[in-house]
Amino acid sequence: MTQTQITTNQSANQQNGETSKFIGLETQGVHAWFGKHHALSNVSLRFPERTVTGLIGPSGCGKSTFIRLLNRMHEFIPSAAMAGSVLLNGSDIYAPEEDPAMIRLKVGMVFQKPNPFPAMTIRENVLAGIKLAHLKRSNHDEIVEQCLTRAGLWKEVKDRLQASGGSLSGGQQQRLCIARSLAVEPQVLLMDEPCSALDPGSTLRIEETIKELAEKITVIIVTHNMQQASRVSDHCAFFLTDGGPGYLVEADATRKMFTNPTDSRTADYVQGKFG
Amino acid sequence: MSTVANAGQLTTAEPRRPWAVSRSKRLLGFGRMLTFAVAAFVATILTPLANFDGWAVAFLLINLAWVIGIASKLGAKERRDAVLRVVITSLAVLAFVPWLSILVTVILKGYRAVYPGYFISDMRTSTPDDELNIGGAGHAIVGSLIMVAIATVVTLPLGILTGIYLTEVRGRLTFLVRFIVQSMAGVPSVVAGLFIFATVVKSMGQYSGLAGGLALAVLMLPTVSRTAEEVLKLVPDDIRSAGYALGARQWRTALLVVLPTVRAGLSTAAILGVARVIGETAPLLLTSLNTNGFVWNPIGGTVASLPTYIFAMFMYGTEYSNARAWTGSLVLLALVFFFFIIARRLGNKSALKANANRRK
Amino acid sequence: MTIVETPEPRQMMVVYSRADRIFRRIVTGGALTSLLLLGFITAFLVMRSAETFRQFGLDFITGSEWFSAGEDPLGGAVEGAVEEVDESVFSIGPMIVGSLVVALIAMLIALPLSIGGALYIEFYAPRSIYRVLVSLLDLAAAIPSLIFGLWGIQVFTAIGVRWATLLNDRLSFIPIFSVEFENFGRSPFVAGCVLAALVVPITTSVSREVYSRTPRDLIDTCFALGGSKWGAIRSVVMPYGKSGVIAGAMLGLGRALGETVAIYLMLNLVFRYSFEILDSAGGNVASMIALKFGEATDKEISALIASGLVLFIITLIVNMIASSIVARTTPRA
Repeated sequence: MTQTQITTNQSANQQNGETSKFIGLETQGVHAWFGKHHALSNVSLRFPERTVTGLIGPSGCGKSTFIRLLNRMHEFIPSAAMAGSVLLNGSDIYAPEEDPAMIRLKVGMVFQKPNPFPAMTIRENVLAGIKLAHLKRSNHDEIVEQCLTRAGLWKEVKDRLQASGGSLSGGQQQRLCIARSLAVEPQVLLMDEPCSALDPGSTLRIEETIKELAEKITVIIVTHNMQQASRVSDHCAFFLTDGGPGYLVEADATRKMFTNPTDSRTADYVQGKFG
Repeated sequence: MSTVANAGQLTTAEPRRPWAVSRSKRLLGFGRMLTFAVAAFVATILTPLANFDGWAVAFLLINLAWVIGIASKLGAKERRDAVLRVVITSLAVLAFVPWLSILVTVILKGYRAVYPGYFISDMRTSTPDDELNIGGAGHAIVGSLIMVAIATVVTLPLGILTGIYLTEVRGRLTFLVRFIVQSMAGVPSVVAGLFIFATVVKSMGQYSGLAGGLALAVLMLPTVSRTAEEVLKLVPDDIRSAGYALGARQWRTALLVVLPTVRAGLSTAAILGVARVIGETAPLLLTSLNTNGFVWNPIGGTVASLPTYIFAMFMYGTEYSNARAWTGSLVLLALVFFFFIIARRLGNKSALKANANRRK
Repeated sequence: MTIVETPEPRQMMVVYSRADRIFRRIVTGGALTSLLLLGFITAFLVMRSAETFRQFGLDFITGSEWFSAGEDPLGGAVEGAVEEVDESVFSIGPMIVGSLVVALIAMLIALPLSIGGALYIEFYAPRSIYRVLVSLLDLAAAIPSLIFGLWGIQVFTAIGVRWATLLNDRLSFIPIFSVEFENFGRSPFVAGCVLAALVVPITTSVSREVYSRTPRDLIDTCFALGGSKWGAIRSVVMPYGKSGVIAGAMLGLGRALGETVAIYLMLNLVFRYSFEILDSAGGNVASMIALKFGEATDKEISALIASGLVLFIITLIVNMIASSIVARTTPRA
């Protein structure tokens, strides 16, 4: 397999030697296609445990495609294909013996638009993952309180857990969706522009939530908002497209990316010169 | 400190509606309509226009004349608007008149033969021409309900499975299934009856409630499948993705997330299907015919049903049998409306609707 | 930057667990049952009518004679008649024409009423009665056609005859309004009017639904530009709702073509080509099937099934035209 020249420093070092058991999520030379359309080319990235990684870049550069590759949501698009590998704690999630449902249990996802289950109450929504995936848990009340607290929603809804999830405001719905993802105890949480449909106040709440989450799990967040990326992420990865497939330009610690990036295009982008 | 007067203070203001039509103007308009109505009545006496329909034509013509003539001080645009208002309103009234006339007719002609026994007794010991306080349509009501129940039991699971197939499973036959279901939605009801007659009735050697129920099922299946598909299509893909992203398998997502979301919609679809077929006459004339007594056994020969009962009473052609036909129609209409209103109630409670409440 | 070689795409397929496969198999089974059931009906109609089409060919559609001979109604051949030449003749030309004539009359009356009714409910009716009107309309669409038939005979015929007389008096120089005998009660015109009453709720309901989906901001834009209500309706609502109205009309036409009992009650079945819509002679395919099947011989039943097939194909064509129009002109939301 060809190695890309553009990887983070850490992963470049790692790839020289035998891939030891890296704890966290890692992609190696990942490509993505939709039918004949080559959407993403050769992305190698590492997402260490308990960090927040921001994926930035202009629209259409393959960020969302990439993030959906990380928990096997990509394959739901009928003509989709991929290449390379995605390793979770050192094992390939696309290996034939892997069960995609189990992968998604470990790598959760929060979507762009809040999507609580309409027929369920707030409480049922939080417990939905446990019910859906057939997990054996006895301490339901505890889980509900814990997840809602971690998502920063507990205080607002503790007196109306039996209300419909649809009765909440947009920001609250999104936090409910985060709580729902947390209930199945994922190791990684993918967030695909989770704040793009929300007002500034709700955005702030969710950013706080993300920072708290990173104490326990790995968070990967796609965002269009430079300030948001600089506020919440430890690492940043910058994607770009020149009309062809999207590719990774540069990935590094967030502070370095915003103050002293290696690539001039990164500098231009984070300063708002294009995109 | 503030340049805005009263900033932060509550000011009191009377709510007004400057755009509303004033009371006096409304009274004037009402008076004008009343005058026109009387004038139209006079016209029915003086001109060849006769009866209610003549009156309606006269009323419309007077209105139009007023709009075009007396209101000519308006500009061309306003006048066109006013003429159009009259035309559209009259078309709408015309569209509603037959239906209101039917409702009034069914009630006025139908209540004559209503007495408690009508709902529990059959026609075994009475002839269609007997006094209206003996005999009834209990057997027809029971027959109709049994046949509709058979149709529902057959179509509901098949229809919902077909809907799930078209939206969730999306197998290789999706296109073909959708095409056939859509085409069969246009099967004329008499053809469905003919089909069951030529297969079920002929092979069983007798007319039966089962045959009637199956004929109704043939008509119901495409409707239920189609509505089930439409309803399931309303579930946004986000919801399915959210289920999968939580590590759920497809079947659990479909059964625990997607179906509960549209429970109300599916029940509405089923009940509407029932309301539609319960009044079908033609297929039953070919499959279950009519009889005078209660028949509880769906494979025990001919069965009465409300439509065929009404049909038979009407064809008998005497005053009393005619009254019985209208009473049967009243009961049938009441049943249809009953199912309809339940469907409405359920539909309004739909979870999806609560989530995405549109205007109105 | 080094040139990156594009590797071969990895095989990617949605893999279903065992439970999922069982679930999919059950659902597919259900859908297949529906498919086979409905497909079987078509196949059956085609097979059973083959005999008739083979014997009469195109004459079955164009001819105007229906005569059944030589068989016991209960199935067996009449004794002694076995060796005789079967003189039965089956053809449904006048019935097809009759179906089209009555349905066309119904649609000509129903369409303006439906459009007017739908526009009124959506744009003119006071908001306070809007919901009532919509519910009334939906209820009207659910009235069984049998009740329309009864109403047609016992209530409407009196009015319809007056209109027919008027048409005949003033317009009898137009061939379709002339008659031999002035007996208008059971004429295609009156039956068409009743059918129109039956179709109006259906088409109005569909049109209203489509009109109600006109984007509010488009209408507001019209008003903001100083347009009148008529202007807004003509330039925004009508074009937007066109495909929906056509779909509704086709749905109504399908109903009108396949209507059985109302026509059975309202029309005298006469096997003669007739375009005089005020004449008391007519019929349609559906009501003919209901009338003839009772004493039908096996051969006649095959002919009736063939008639059913013809009717089915006609409605199918109508429906397909409708859905293709809708597919071509549906505005993207």
